[in-house]
Parts: sequence; C-alpha cells; structure tokens
Amino acid sequence: MYRYDEFDARFVRERVAQFRDQVARRLDGSITEDEFKPLRLKNGLYLQLHAYMLRIAIPYGTLSSRQMRQLALIGDRFDKGYGHFTTRQNLQFNWPKLKDVPEILDLLADVEMHAIQTSGNCIRNVTADHFAGVAADELEDPRPVAELIRQWSTAHPEFSYLPRKFKVAVSGAAEDRAVILAHDIGIRIVRHEQTGEIGYRIIVGGGMGRTPMIGKVVRAFLPKADLLAYLEAIMRVYNAEGRRDNKYKARVKILVHETGAEEFTRRVEEEFAALDGPSINADPAELARIAAYFAAPDYADLEPFSAPLDRQKKANPEFAAFVESNSFAHRQPGYTALTVSLKPIGGIPGDATGDQMRALADIAEQWSFSELRVTHQQNIVLPNIRLDDLFDVWKALRTADLATANVGLITDIIACPGLDYCALATARSIPIAQSISNRFADPVRQKLIGELGIKISGCINACGHHHMGHIGILGLEKSGQESYQITLGGDATDKAAIGERLGPGLGADEVPDAIETIVGVYLGNREASEPFINTYRRIGIAPFRAAFAKVEETSDAAH
Amino acid sequence: MSVAVKRPPLPVILLANDLLDGDIVFWTGKTWSLDLVDAAVAANNDAAATLEQAMAHALATNRVVDAGLVDVAIDSWGRITPRHIREQIKTLGPTIRLDLGKQAQTGRV
Repeated sequence: MYRYDEFDARFVRERVAQFRDQVARRLDGSITEDEFKPLRLKNGLYLQLHAYMLRIAIPYGTLSSRQMRQLALIGDRFDKGYGHFTTRQNLQFNWPKLKDVPEILDLLADVEMHAIQTSGNCIRNVTADHFAGVAADELEDPRPVAELIRQWSTAHPEFSYLPRKFKVAVSGAAEDRAVILAHDIGIRIVRHEQTGEIGYRIIVGGGMGRTPMIGKVVRAFLPKADLLAYLEAIMRVYNAEGRRDNKYKARVKILVHETGAEEFTRRVEEEFAALDGPSINADPAELARIAAYFAAPDYADLEPFSAPLDRQKKANPEFAAFVESNSFAHRQPGYTALTVSLKPIGGIPGDATGDQMRALADIAEQWSFSELRVTHQQNIVLPNIRLDDLFDVWKALRTADLATANVGLITDIIACPGLDYCALATARSIPIAQSISNRFADPVRQKLIGELGIKISGCINACGHHHMGHIGILGLEKSGQESYQITLGGDATDKAAIGERLGPGLGADEVPDAIETIVGVYLGNREASEPFINTYRRIGIAPFRAAFAKVEETSDAAH
Repeated sequence: MSVAVKRPPLPVILLANDLLDGDIVFWTGKTWSLDLVDAAVAANNDAAATLEQAMAHALATNRVVDAGLVDVAIDSWGRITPRHIREQIKTLGPTIRLDLGKQAQTGRV
C-alpha cells in the first residue's frame, strides 16, 4: 500500500490545523455560514437532512486494516456506531458534530487519510477496479497510476475551481469493473496492438446524473510517459471552455457532447502539443517509486486447487454457495479475491457497524495481508485469501453477520442514501432496496435468476448509478408523493449502456411487484443460462413493456 | 444561500439545523427547541413574517444554519406534522433506522 511521504503528511496536518481554526472562527461567530460553507465543503463536510455528514476519501478504494480500525473508532466515538460505504469507494459518517470534526480529521491523518476534495468543483477521489493487483484478467495494476493522479490532482492550483466536479477512474483489466465509461475521464491500461507497449486509452465525457452519457475515446493509445501532460491538456480545455453559466450543463460530458468528440479531441491534442510535457509529466523514477508500494505481497507458492476447500464445500452447502457467489479468480494460484457483501437481506446497502469494520480489519490482518478494498457496488473485498483459509474466513465473517452469499445477484443492490439522509434527494432509496431484497430473499431463487444488478437513486443526480443498472430505479417526487421510475438494460461494464424507461412511475409499494414482473419476463424468455442483460439485449424492451402495461392495467382497475 | 426565500402555504413553523451539532431545532417564538411540540405555529401572514424575522436574526447571530419555514398540518389534538415527506423525515429521523434521529429520543414515529 502507498505510504505518505513527508510532504503528504505535512500537507494533511496543515489542512487539519487550518480547518480547526476555521471551525473555531465559525463557532465564535467570526465568519458566517456563507463564508464557512465552501471551507467545510473543501474538507468533505456537508450539511444533510438530520445533521452534518463527513465524506472520507478512500483513494482507489484501498484500505489497510489499521485504517479500517480507525474508521470504526471514529464511527463509535464521534458518530452513531456505523459508517456508510458509497458508490465512489468512499465512506460517509452521517452524524458528526461540527465541533468534533477537526479531531476526527486528526485521527484520519494519524492513519494517512483525509476528506480533502471529496466535495466541490475539483478533481475528486480517483477510483479504480476493486480487484486491482489481484485479478486474473488484469494487464497491469491500475493503483500506481491512480495514486500518481491523486498526487497530481490534490490541491492542483489550476484545477481547484473547475466549472463542476470531476471524477477519474482507472482500470487495468480485460473486464471494466470501475465504470470507466461513465466518468469524466476514464483510463484504461491497454497493450498497443502493433508494438506490444503498455499505455493508456483515454476516455472523456462519460457520466450519469440528469444527462447520462457514455464516454468517448479521445486517445486510443497514449504512451505511459505522457499521461499527466495529456490529462492536463484535457483539464485545460475543460477549465477554459466548460460552461459556468448553468451548473446542470457544466460537466465535461456536456462540453464533449456540444463540441463533438472529434473537435474536443482536436482541441485537447492542440493543447497537449503546446504544453511543455517534460515539465508536467512524472519522472519515471517517481512512478517507479509509487509502483513499488503496490508490489505483490509475499504470496505462498500454492497449488491452484485446494483439497480441504473441496471437502469443506461438499460438507457444507451454505459455505459452497458463499464461495461460488463471493469469490473471484485471483492471478496467484491458490488464492482468491473474496467479496464481503454489505447487503444482508433486508439490510441497508453499504452500511457497516463499527464492530463489523473491526471484524473486517481483523480478518484482513489474519488472512489477507492486512488489505481491504471498497467496491463501487458498496461491498468490501478481501483481496488475498488463500483457498485453504476460505472456510475459516467464512466462519469469522458469519460471526460478524458478514457472510451473505449474494454478490452480483438480485439482492446485491446499489442504493444511495436517498431521502432518509440526503438533502438533495427527492425520494427514499433504501426502503425500496430493502423491500426488493426481502421479496427475493430465497437463496435458491436468487441463484436461479443469476446475475442481475439493481441500482437505485433517490434523485436525478444518480449517486445510485440507476442509469447503468440492469434494472435501474429512480426515485422522484410527483405531486408531493414519492414515485419510482424503472429503467431496463443499463450496463456498467465495457459494454456500457444507459437503461431505457419501462413505463410510468410507480408508488413505492408497487416496485417489488414490478421487479417480479420483469424477472418473470426474463425467466420466460431466457435461453439456457443466459444472464438477464443478454436476454434483454436479444428480446428488447417490448416484452417487458407489454407485461408491465398489463400489471398497470390490473393495478388501475383495482383502485 | 441558506435562507429560504419563498414562503410556503400557511400554517408554517420555523426549523433549522443547530450550528454546533447539526441537530434539527424548532423556533418556539422565544428560543430554539429540540422538540417539534414546542414549535411556534404561524397561521397568518403577520405571524409568518415574524418567523421570517426570527429566521434572519438567528442566521445573522450564527446559532443555526439552513433555517427555513415549513408548512405543517395541525390535527384536532393540536399535533404538528410537516406536510411534505422531506420535512417529516427531517423532523423524525431516517425511516429505516428508527433508533436514530428525533424519533429515537421522543418516541414519536
């Protein structure tokens, strides 16, 4: 894992000291809320419905056991004993008191963490594939480059007042697990077809929110050495030309869309050519220094097959189901990357108690080289579990109520905090997730349905990624009531697609039945073990609409 | 700006977040209370204007943040309920965690 150097450490401590002073001046009335608000937002402190909310950056979703324990301590001491893992691989505390926040930030600095640039019109926390460094399908670990971008973008003076927030994601694998096509900049580590050289594919202008867009490739292959200068060229074009007259049209996706991908690319290339690359690009020695922190841990030399695991699975079907749904192919023989679901049946997606965080930290320390990952699906990954240890890990997870076997299944639902917490929300998200989860609780049925991602947002800003859910649910307000709009066919992978509207909005209590109807059409039409998204692509939305309309008619007749 | 500019339909109450801990507080006519039952209800324009003055004063004196008038319904028992679900949740707590927020302290759900 990356460790702060003296500059990082000093910068974060100085920022905490500045914020402590700003809070003191706010509390003694020296500065007004209008003056204070941009300062608190620069340190990740929002005001939500019930209280302040502190959003803590977890760079590229990677955490050590020590950091996870510190988050648990903060949750227990200064919050209400839990934290919420978000779709941007961050953690939010929902109840901190303003006077305590400087102390919380100091505790974060103790473990090389902070809440800087988790809000505001700047380059936000850089996200990455949660299986970075361990996935069998990976070309190269995306974390060194994500860390380089983190360092370059932190407090970058030229990009501190962008037209709007800016999100960067990096993936180095064959399968896109970081939703790079729906980011302001998506970076894919690729191999040059002719030369075999490793470099980057640069995608710009993706995003969700009220105007969902799939990103456009602006550079099919960028040599590694040119990365920062090229990013700087993109940021310069956006900073100069992105709209500042209308916040709803201020993201780079709108600029790319209005300018046209070709013309936008031409301007970026022009800017890139004019920049003094060597003065901006990272020294290869510096990138090598960063990369060294992400070197593979000291793996044991193991067989790819574990006889004890095989026996334990045969003797324990519940454990076998857990292994099947929650483990992921590791590049190192004899190991697996294990996803811990934060989606217990009927639970709150992404929430973990202080005790659960400590349990995860302990388990990671004992069995996964003290490392954890946060996924954008609001789960936790133990990236380096020996197949021989899986049974012990499962037992430990079960003790902490963390052994739900539903990763990628219909109850592994993404949901934003929604109107239960969020000041921007127009409807609740979490209760919808809970009602669907309860409806489809039966593990046999979940397995039968197979891979199906439901994603729920409580407003048009789309923190719950609803546009890219196989089934997306958007909560809106209609005549003072919560109303839920369903979309189908969204996809967050390299086959990225934005979901299509199924029909009119529904009341909250009608949503589980609507999901039943959709699942019914899928199961009635699927060929062999075809996943939902493939069936949808093959048959289109019409059969789903027809079934949905029939249900609506019946429902209207009943009222 | 954190000041609500448009007056909602009457009757209204004035609520805000406490500066120090973010907790929801209600203007009683004299001070801020943590309990909705203490809220001063303005049923006419003059009373609403008085609440707006109290709001401006409170924001200027840095005791609260995000203050605003909220339209409420009053039942035959005199109980105050915000008309909109957003403020209902705000005055009670998350609907999915009844152990948190005001609902946990007062037993009102």
